[in-house]
Amino acid sequence: MVTNAASFGRSGVHDYILLRASAVILACYTIFLVGFIACSAPLTFEIWNGLFSSLPMKVFTLITLVALLIHAWIGVWQVLTDYVKHTALRGVLQFTFVVVAFSYLASGIVIVWGV
Amino acid sequence: MKLTFALYRYNPDVDTKPYMKDYTLEVPDGSDMMVLDALIKLKEQEPSLAFRRSCREGVCGSDGLNMNGKNGLACITPLSTFKGKKIEIRPLPGMPVVRDLVVDLTQFYKQYEKIKPYLINDEKAPAREHLQSPEERAHLDGLYECIMCACCSTACPSFWWNPDKFIGSSGLLHAYRFLIDSRDTATEERLSELDDAYSVFRCHGIMNCVDVCPKGLNPTKAIGHIKSMLLKRAV
Repeated sequence: MVTNAASFGRSGVHDYILLRASAVILACYTIFLVGFIACSAPLTFEIWNGLFSSLPMKVFTLITLVALLIHAWIGVWQVLTDYVKHTALRGVLQFTFVVVAFSYLASGIVIVWGV
Repeated sequence: MKLTFALYRYNPDVDTKPYMKDYTLEVPDGSDMMVLDALIKLKEQEPSLAFRRSCREGVCGSDGLNMNGKNGLACITPLSTFKGKKIEIRPLPGMPVVRDLVVDLTQFYKQYEKIKPYLINDEKAPAREHLQSPEERAHLDGLYECIMCACCSTACPSFWWNPDKFIGSSGLLHAYRFLIDSRDTATEERLSELDDAYSVFRCHGIMNCVDVCPKGLNPTKAIGHIKSMLLKRAV
């Protein structure tokens, strides 16, 4: 068995489940947002602000942000292990990406819970 | 009819780098010889040309080549496939070239070795033989026919990038052949060996393997079954 420590999941099957579960959440969020925008024309600041003021939407957004982090972490790890063969360079790139991804998550939390 | 071939040439003893060289071959009108026959004729012109072949009827899997960008067996690919266009013949992609069209398949066989391609049965040996019902035997159809020509694995980007970690489509087809065999008792051990991020899960299902398999097999389907088995075992 090939071992890996830099991916998000504990094993291949764990990564596989996490990728698909997070993809379902991302798809649901995207469909919901597109549907909301389509059904709320003309979209005003009050409507948009009202949407993100509700607790369920905040929780849904937070879950989606976490799902995005997990999905992107595993996906980028897969791409980097395919194309970047220099271990140190891959490590630096993976580290940088994960830090950036966490920054997006932190920013998202602050923004969403600040509404 | 005059056909033009561009052949990949590389002799590491003489050449500093590989190159493509054009050859022309007079093919009698109305004849539809196979690419391998054309290569044998071209070798009469150019005796230094190296390629593998053995059975000449799509059984041994020796002459897997990349013809006009698609992997296949030279011995069962008719020249008419290319509709009179220039035929570019290269070695199987992603593998180290030994010489001209001959590649080093060590890595491919190492992956095959990893999946333990033999029956493991720790039960008491029966008096005569391990019996299977026709239904159990039917599970092996579409799996046991693989001739290991390496056309599928070498058409797979995941195998190009990680030939030491990803088993490859051919190896995984064989892995499933033993996982689904009713006579094999090492299912759990076999699955444990495959449960990492590379061995099976580097297959993203792009189906290049299905597209090129000269025997018409479906490694992607077999890999899907392995993923399902791993999933059922994990949840």
